Amino acid sequence: MQDVSFWTVIIAVLGGAIRVGTPFIFVSLGECLTEKSGRINLGLEGNLVMGAMVGYAVSYLSGSPWLGVLAAAGSGCVLGILHALLCQHKRVNDIAVGIALMLFASGLAFFYGKPFIQPSAPRLPSLEFGEWSSSPVVRAALDINALFFVGAALAPLLSWFLLRTRWGNAVRVVGESGDAALAMGIPINRVRLLSTMAGGAFAGVGGCYLSLYYPGSWSEGLSSGQGLMAVALVIFARWNPMYCLYASLLFGAAAALGPALQSVGINWGYYLLNAAPYILTLVIMIVTSDRRGTLSGMPGEFVK
Amino acid sequence: MTALRETWIISLAALALAFSLVAIFFATTGNSPWEVFYTLYRGAFGSWFSWQNTLVRAAPLMLTALCTVLPARVGLIVIGGEGAVVVGGLCSALVGITLQDQSPVLVITAMVLTGAITGGMWIAAVGALRYFRNVNETISSLLLNYIAIAILNFLVIGILKDPATLNNPSTHSIGEQNMIGQIGDTSIHWGLAYGIIVCVMLWILCRRSTFGFAADVVGGNIRAARLAGLPVAKVLLWCCFLGGAAAGIAGVLEVAAVHGRANSALNAGYGYAGILVAFLARQNPLAVIPYAILLGGIQASGGLLQRAHDLPDATVNVIQGIIFMVILSSEMFYGRFKWLQAKN
Repeated sequence: MQDVSFWTVIIAVLGGAIRVGTPFIFVSLGECLTEKSGRINLGLEGNLVMGAMVGYAVSYLSGSPWLGVLAAAGSGCVLGILHALLCQHKRVNDIAVGIALMLFASGLAFFYGKPFIQPSAPRLPSLEFGEWSSSPVVRAALDINALFFVGAALAPLLSWFLLRTRWGNAVRVVGESGDAALAMGIPINRVRLLSTMAGGAFAGVGGCYLSLYYPGSWSEGLSSGQGLMAVALVIFARWNPMYCLYASLLFGAAAALGPALQSVGINWGYYLLNAAPYILTLVIMIVTSDRRGTLSGMPGEFVK
Repeated sequence: MTALRETWIISLAALALAFSLVAIFFATTGNSPWEVFYTLYRGAFGSWFSWQNTLVRAAPLMLTALCTVLPARVGLIVIGGEGAVVVGGLCSALVGITLQDQSPVLVITAMVLTGAITGGMWIAAVGALRYFRNVNETISSLLLNYIAIAILNFLVIGILKDPATLNNPSTHSIGEQNMIGQIGDTSIHWGLAYGIIVCVMLWILCRRSTFGFAADVVGGNIRAARLAGLPVAKVLLWCCFLGGAAAGIAGVLEVAAVHGRANSALNAGYGYAGILVAFLARQNPLAVIPYAILLGGIQASGGLLQRAHDLPDATVNVIQGIIFMVILSSEMFYGRFKWLQAKN
């Protein structure tokens, strides 16, 4: 009996890592790209909520969930552009603008999303890898959404882009030192605009995963701070897209652990487990930085 | 005081622009902007009843705003007000429950002190991490918010739970007799006075004391401050501590003046709204007071907007978001216009 519940928890956590972790992949890759260009966008939480609402609404109105994904990416683009345009001016603080955009975007999403709370929109299809098993737990765990594979492919792609392409190099130079980029003739503002825009689009897609697949409907309490968490996650992953992918899965697993333990009757420490990713990130930040130095991989623009 | 005229004109112009954008937003939703603005005004400041409602909401905002304002004076962007509210509120509730049978004056004093010290230590830790280990203060304070909320939920649902509070798990009550009461026969609790007094005191500290001057030097140029022989670490940590202490007191008020016990109502978002107030006030402790009242008013009118115009409650967030964005963007105009600068 003890043995069975142990495996139930393990399988639920592994499945949960993918199911809960997928939105993290998108948001953290978006934040990673934005931060590589030297800006922090705390407003991705707003992009996420907006993407969830727009994706759901478009999917409901058009009948096509994939059109919803596209629309969610579009809404994320717009919010990203807004962030970049406001922040490119002197003395305008990117973190504060991010908080403002988070407030604005989630407010707007709730405002226009009110009529879509009741109706049910067509959901994104998932690929069932668990057909061979008779155990419902295994089947549920292997029920993997197509967007996960998109996200998993995006990570190496972004890594390749940043390290191996001219444009990626430009992004890194801008993030490392705005002055150096200026001297090289790289248009700083345009690079940051495009990076923030693309990052915003990723976050939008992450949001529509929430409303179109898991948990799978639009409501105001849909996001539990994944967008804000992404900022911590990127630090945790040392600004490396591949690590972002692994860290997202780890955060997903951590988030799935509490409910999985609850399902087998272990309630103790549920809320402390929720805090585990934050505590871990904080500890890593403390351990890996020192008085003069910075985290390895951190864009130089953040140290000024 | 040379920059005062510039601050006034740019702030007012930014607010005007913000409200024009809000008006356009309402026009696109098919509402008459004037009618909505009138409702907004009625809900926030239109009657004595709505004034009371507004002021009750403004009190914690003043205190949580200071949690961003004080560290900002030494150049740190701290967004950990929410965590400090939770920690201050929770710890003060524990003290209140323990001392319950003592005289109310003693209980309240002990609670306020506990809240201020624990909230202060919480944010001072953020400052220490920044100063001694170069840990980004914005991110660490954000993480600490989540950690504080998790600790609160863990304790309130676990060992500290009052079995009588089933639906809304809370700690035991601090006792009706120990609550902070209302001012006169209004519905405004004395917390408003706490908020205003702390704002004024910290303004005097920032603007009229050598400590405040030292803080401004540290915030302006940390290397120059070191060369001048200022105790940089001390100034920086004290600023963080005082900011956190203010937010901690906001937590105490939620416990001692509103709910009578600690529960998840402590993380109702005052900390995040406080960041907004701090930036609106351009990190000036005195300007925090009117902006907290403005924001409290907008929040207070949410209900009336819903009833009078059938607008969703998120309308308030949209308005706040627009104002916040415009005010932040208006920073770019400081120092740009010759005619706004002082003559000499």
